[in-house]
Amino acid sequence: MKKMEIEFILNGKKRKIEVKPNDLLINIIREDLYLTGTKYGCGLGECGVCTVLLNGEPVLSCLTLAITVDGKEITTIEGLAQGDELHPLQKAFLKNGAVQCGFCTPGMILTATALLRENPDATEDEIRNYMRGNLCRCTGYVQIIKAIKECTSIKNKGLTN
Amino acid sequence: MHNTRFLTQEFEYFVPHTLSEALDLLFTYQDKRTKILAGGTDLLVKMKTLGIGVDYLININEISEIKNVELDKGLKIGAAVKLSQLEKMKAVKEEYPALYEGITSMAAIAIRNMATLVGNICNASPAGDTIPPLVVYGAKLRIVSKKGERVIPLEDFISGVGETILKRDELVSQVIIPEPYKDLGSAFCKKGRVKADIAKINLAVGIERDGDICRDCRIVLGSVFSKTLRAYKSEEILRGKVIKDDLIISAAKRAAEEIKPIDDVRSTAEYRNELARVMVEDTLHIAWERAGGKRW
Repeated sequence: MKKMEIEFILNGKKRKIEVKPNDLLINIIREDLYLTGTKYGCGLGECGVCTVLLNGEPVLSCLTLAITVDGKEITTIEGLAQGDELHPLQKAFLKNGAVQCGFCTPGMILTATALLRENPDATEDEIRNYMRGNLCRCTGYVQIIKAIKECTSIKNKGLTN
Repeated sequence: MHNTRFLTQEFEYFVPHTLSEALDLLFTYQDKRTKILAGGTDLLVKMKTLGIGVDYLININEISEIKNVELDKGLKIGAAVKLSQLEKMKAVKEEYPALYEGITSMAAIAIRNMATLVGNICNASPAGDTIPPLVVYGAKLRIVSKKGERVIPLEDFISGVGETILKRDELVSQVIIPEPYKDLGSAFCKKGRVKADIAKINLAVGIERDGDICRDCRIVLGSVFSKTLRAYKSEEILRGKVIKDDLIISAAKRAAEEIKPIDDVRSTAEYRNELARVMVEDTLHIAWERAGGKRW
């Protein structure tokens, strides 16, 4: 099968890479670009651990052909921290014990960034609903929800605390 | 078990930028195993697990003509419009609440960011969550090919499990939803094991109210037959009548008798029959109230 060159922005940097039409985005990210923060779970769109942001919106990299992201912008978990300074959600996850085995964490945090951008005042119900496609097999949901809640805007925190 | 980590089969990939380019490709490769890639959330899963063969893959996501929703006496939704795009629209939430409820009941946000409305229709699953609401609103499909176009009611489009009347050189370019009747009340209801699940049963109802009378109605159920099923006899009980509690109860009972569910991994036929009665009753009440009808 013929390889085609695609160009896209990965975590703020322009990348050019040759891919085959049947290459999945997750495998290009992990095995060609060596960013292993994105995890492979079910491969069928059930678990959410392979979530990346495509032009800022969560999508599943195990069901995305790499060739289709030509000209687009991808953010993985590696793209959230500013140098050594972790993203507020990453800090909140650590602080609240929301990282247990850590496998679901990248997908959880990326989905949560999209939620808070869309709805900075998200209530607990809204958080649970938005995050429902990201499964945690350690079942540490309580801590995860708590961490995300801590990152909602001040106004909302005043209401829920 | 299947290997879901890689896509092993090889195919040729096209990314047309206009609809006519896409239709040319479909025409040229109509005798080959050609598939359209919209969201990919069903297609890639089927390629991984069922090994469905694809020789030519046409990605329609870069065709600007089909990426928009036109708001003009109803809705015209292009084939590349994502489900999440629709759920964020005020017009969808306010004027077509059953569609809004159907979409937001589906899967996870990441899936809804990828998947399209037209994809959900063309996948023709008996459990498709957007199909009952769209039938309630009288949606039509614009089907185009190199040779021309036709507009057909969604109700006539799906012919069986995963099967539609779409010809091999055709593509559904748009869903056309007419403007709702002014006193239409509509609602969607779905039962799954957990949120985001595929439905044991899903259904949508619409009641057009004229004073205390149900002027017209539609009761449409999914996951109870090889395709979405309209409970015509149940509708007949309500049509043209003064709406009362006992009438809704008997319509719900009739709807549960009309469905032909099967036993499968998600539920048993027996349970589905019981469940349908309760769900239709509840959803009719909600729709009647939304139509402005009074609760007695």
